Amino acid sequence: MTATATDAAAPAPDQGPGPTLEEQPIVEYKNRRIPLKLAIIAAVWVLGWLLLRGKMTLSLPYAELNGFMNWLNDVSDKVGDWQQTNFFFHTVLGNIVTFINDVVAWLQKMLSTPPGARPTPEIGWLGVTAILGWVAFAVAGWRSTILVVVTLLLFNVLDIWTDGIDLLIVTGLSVLVSVAIGLPLGIWMARRKRVSAFFTPILDIMQTMPSFAYLAPLALFFGIGPACAIVITLIYALPPVARITEHAIHGVSESTVEASRSLGVTKGQLLRRVQLPMARRTIVVGINQCTLAALAMATVTALVNGPGLGQDVIQALQALNVGDAFVAGSGIVLAAIMLDRTTTAASERAERAARRGSGSTLAPRTRQLLLLGTAVVALVLAYLSHLYLWAAQWPDKATIGSDVSSWINDATNWVVNTFDVITSFVKNVVSYGLLNPLQSLFSNVPWWLMAAVLLSVAATLGGRRALAATAICGAIILGTGLWYDSMQTLAMTIVATVLTMVVAIVLGVAMGRSGRADLVVRPVLDTFQTIPSFVYLVPALALFGASRFTAIVAGVLYAFPVATKLVADGIRGVSETTLEATRSVGTTTWQTITKVQVPMARPGLILATNQGLLYVLSIVVIGGLVGAGSLGYFVVAGFSQQNLFGKGFAAAIAITAIGVMLDRIMRYAAARQE
Amino acid sequence: MTQPALQVQSLWKVFGPKAEKLVGTPDLELSRKELLAKSGHVIGVRDVSFDVAPGEVFVVMGLSGSGKSTLVRLITRLIEPTSGTVLLDGEDITAMNDDALRDIRRKKVSMVFQHFGLLPHRKVIDNVGFGLEVRGEDKAARRSRAQEMVDLVGLSGYETNYPDQLSGGMQQRVGLARALASNPDILMFDEPFSALDPLIRRDMQNEVVRLHEEVGKTMVFITHDLAEALKLGDRILIMRDGEIVQIGTPDQVVGAPADDYVRNFVSEVPKSHVLTLKWVCRPEVPGEQVSDRTLPSGTIIREAARAVLDAQGPVRVVDDNGQTVGIVDDEDILRVVVAEEESA
Repeated sequence: MTATATDAAAPAPDQGPGPTLEEQPIVEYKNRRIPLKLAIIAAVWVLGWLLLRGKMTLSLPYAELNGFMNWLNDVSDKVGDWQQTNFFFHTVLGNIVTFINDVVAWLQKMLSTPPGARPTPEIGWLGVTAILGWVAFAVAGWRSTILVVVTLLLFNVLDIWTDGIDLLIVTGLSVLVSVAIGLPLGIWMARRKRVSAFFTPILDIMQTMPSFAYLAPLALFFGIGPACAIVITLIYALPPVARITEHAIHGVSESTVEASRSLGVTKGQLLRRVQLPMARRTIVVGINQCTLAALAMATVTALVNGPGLGQDVIQALQALNVGDAFVAGSGIVLAAIMLDRTTTAASERAERAARRGSGSTLAPRTRQLLLLGTAVVALVLAYLSHLYLWAAQWPDKATIGSDVSSWINDATNWVVNTFDVITSFVKNVVSYGLLNPLQSLFSNVPWWLMAAVLLSVAATLGGRRALAATAICGAIILGTGLWYDSMQTLAMTIVATVLTMVVAIVLGVAMGRSGRADLVVRPVLDTFQTIPSFVYLVPALALFGASRFTAIVAGVLYAFPVATKLVADGIRGVSETTLEATRSVGTTTWQTITKVQVPMARPGLILATNQGLLYVLSIVVIGGLVGAGSLGYFVVAGFSQQNLFGKGFAAAIAITAIGVMLDRIMRYAAARQE
Repeated sequence: MTQPALQVQSLWKVFGPKAEKLVGTPDLELSRKELLAKSGHVIGVRDVSFDVAPGEVFVVMGLSGSGKSTLVRLITRLIEPTSGTVLLDGEDITAMNDDALRDIRRKKVSMVFQHFGLLPHRKVIDNVGFGLEVRGEDKAARRSRAQEMVDLVGLSGYETNYPDQLSGGMQQRVGLARALASNPDILMFDEPFSALDPLIRRDMQNEVVRLHEEVGKTMVFITHDLAEALKLGDRILIMRDGEIVQIGTPDQVVGAPADDYVRNFVSEVPKSHVLTLKWVCRPEVPGEQVSDRTLPSGTIIREAARAVLDAQGPVRVVDDNGQTVGIVDDEDILRVVVAEEESA
């Protein structure tokens, strides 16, 4: 040790500036060349656009199908046949689907939807509210009970009880299954490196694939309906549980684990008595993530006929009825806040439990009695609501759903009429100034030119591996036959990402520089992040009508919170010493931001852009519902029109390819920065 | 001769992808650096052998990276040795299957860790009783045993506290009580007091001395602090780069350092506090006027100083059998004490 220390220290004085001299030219070299290369690529690109506009664009008219899409249509038909004849489809999948559908139908009968003869579900609103309120009390505490009760009362008041509870049923079942699978999987991954190495990339894909993309293939296997909705939700909601469980178990202090081993614990004892109790808080955070992901996805599954408020939003969006969409959207937001707060409170309780043995200030005995007593009350209320109409049916007079809807419609009309000049101006500036030229540049050039541009940009930013990923993804897009539309979607995504990053950098720099700004803005961003993506279409639609721009606005709304947080973290990560040194040479605030903080926060900015891109892409695609056209529209159309199934499926594949391509380019670009 | 409590025989630990295959090849003769450059393997412990007698406090000392913490983990196979054997009470630990090994850990060897390794979700008493719990003792028995241990380490009154409510020193007392609870034959300490403040550290060292007097366990104690090693150790093993540099009693290490590395280490040690008369006495010059006082050769110089200075003329130094091994006079004593004053 002494020897190594001297070895390292001895040559230092004479070679002091050595390392910097060696490294600097390489860094400088890379950074200087990138803008130059990009400029050359852009010049060639624009030149090509001027000369070859409109040639070999591979555009495919709306109703026209290529061979691949026809083949997909055939597959779809065949699967339809197999569901009658094939053992796997008919018996294995068929039984799974029937089972899930039966469970959902039973829960609906009990909680949300009046079965045949009865005017109300088996358990009326009073009983459901009491039971869910009790559950909140048991897992999270009385504050959460209040939140749950208020939310459920608002479901009644807004007249969205049935769909609201249905949404909770789909979300709840998905979370249960996610935890039942994800928790053991996470534990297994934490114990075996190989298992982890095998599952981590799979979980990665499950989480980053744009949700829109796997609706179609799964609908093919599971048929549309609750079963499909739950499977889709599961795919999206399971990864956080497994990964965070793995992470939590790894996070248990190494010395505690070693000390336990030295006492001769078995593996089971280590898990049950040491690792799980110590990891409990983090695992509950994973369940919180899982719940929010499940809610967001459960909303989207309305497209495959999953029950719940998502259906109302979609119908309202397609009818351009902002008021109805607002009411249903509010229900989703309420549900999101309720689930987020309750699971967060549960994790805080777990934290207290981890430190103090029990999460409650009450003695364990008293707490048990209290839980038992309140459970009895809840069950009595549930029974009352089964027997008596007054406890089961919310009075019509006490609902304001349709009133709210028409107020909102009126208000929207007024706003739109009054501020039409402004909104149209903004919309037109972005549409004509940014979107149209860019879409034309992306899609109206020969495909091979665009492909060359993509490849060379990828190679410049991310090196060889990015080049390879782009080549593969580009080939897939080309193969789907939707090159033209994909490039339009890509252009839209890029415009929305640029806008997102403008907002994120402004806000993020402010937050990173001032603790007070952070304190004010962060909770707002947190709330924004809990809201399912779908809902953002509503205000965008209200202001800008059905258009591509609407999808872009919704994308920015959805993506800026996460991007802003990452930028803020990056800015805050700049070392205080560097800032002090900068101030000591007398820089202005603006110089500090532009010359020190932003450049030094570059890894954070790249990460923010990467996340922003993926978030934006997922919304821009859903924007197909509100007139954004392109790939998203095909996906939606694929569900409603049998003959367009193949095209929708192809579009889903193209969307995934775009997502993976952007993700890889950014990721490798970020890796190069470090 | 009684059976050693612990025998370590040519123990090796090589970290790296193909460590097992390296055993017995000439590559292992390379220095650490050369081996790392050649094959990407790092030698943690290189051919270490020693015995520990029952009831002995055996200290392993070295700087960080010297392999001492690895060595102590090899003994109970918290880290698997690459080769070599470890005999505990004559039983070969290295040949045991998992069950037998677990049994050894539950009953015969306990360990105290630098970072305590307590369970934050359990009360002090349940932390102390954890080892008994995992070996399946019933609640009443382990509670009473744990309570005994809590009292023994001076934590009475803190039984129902949680670890994060205690100071570092008190947390380590919990760690100590937990290790003692299973009534092991051997206690291992892995730098147990390095994370503590100097004053607390001194208290805890005294605590270990007291416990050793009370329970008389064999102890293997890892430290990077020479003063701690000299204070606690019956014998000290000094390690560097995974190898043994010297094994000896404190006065041997200070009085006859094996090489410059050790010499450099012990140069700051106040020799009069460690060396015994054996190290300073000289042969009697014929015709010299020697006082009739005698002192045992194992007396520490500092403690002998007063008697020698008071005596009329040189004092005779005798070994355990009463044989004269030499004489010391005022000058011999002062040379050691004054030299220290000057260097300080």
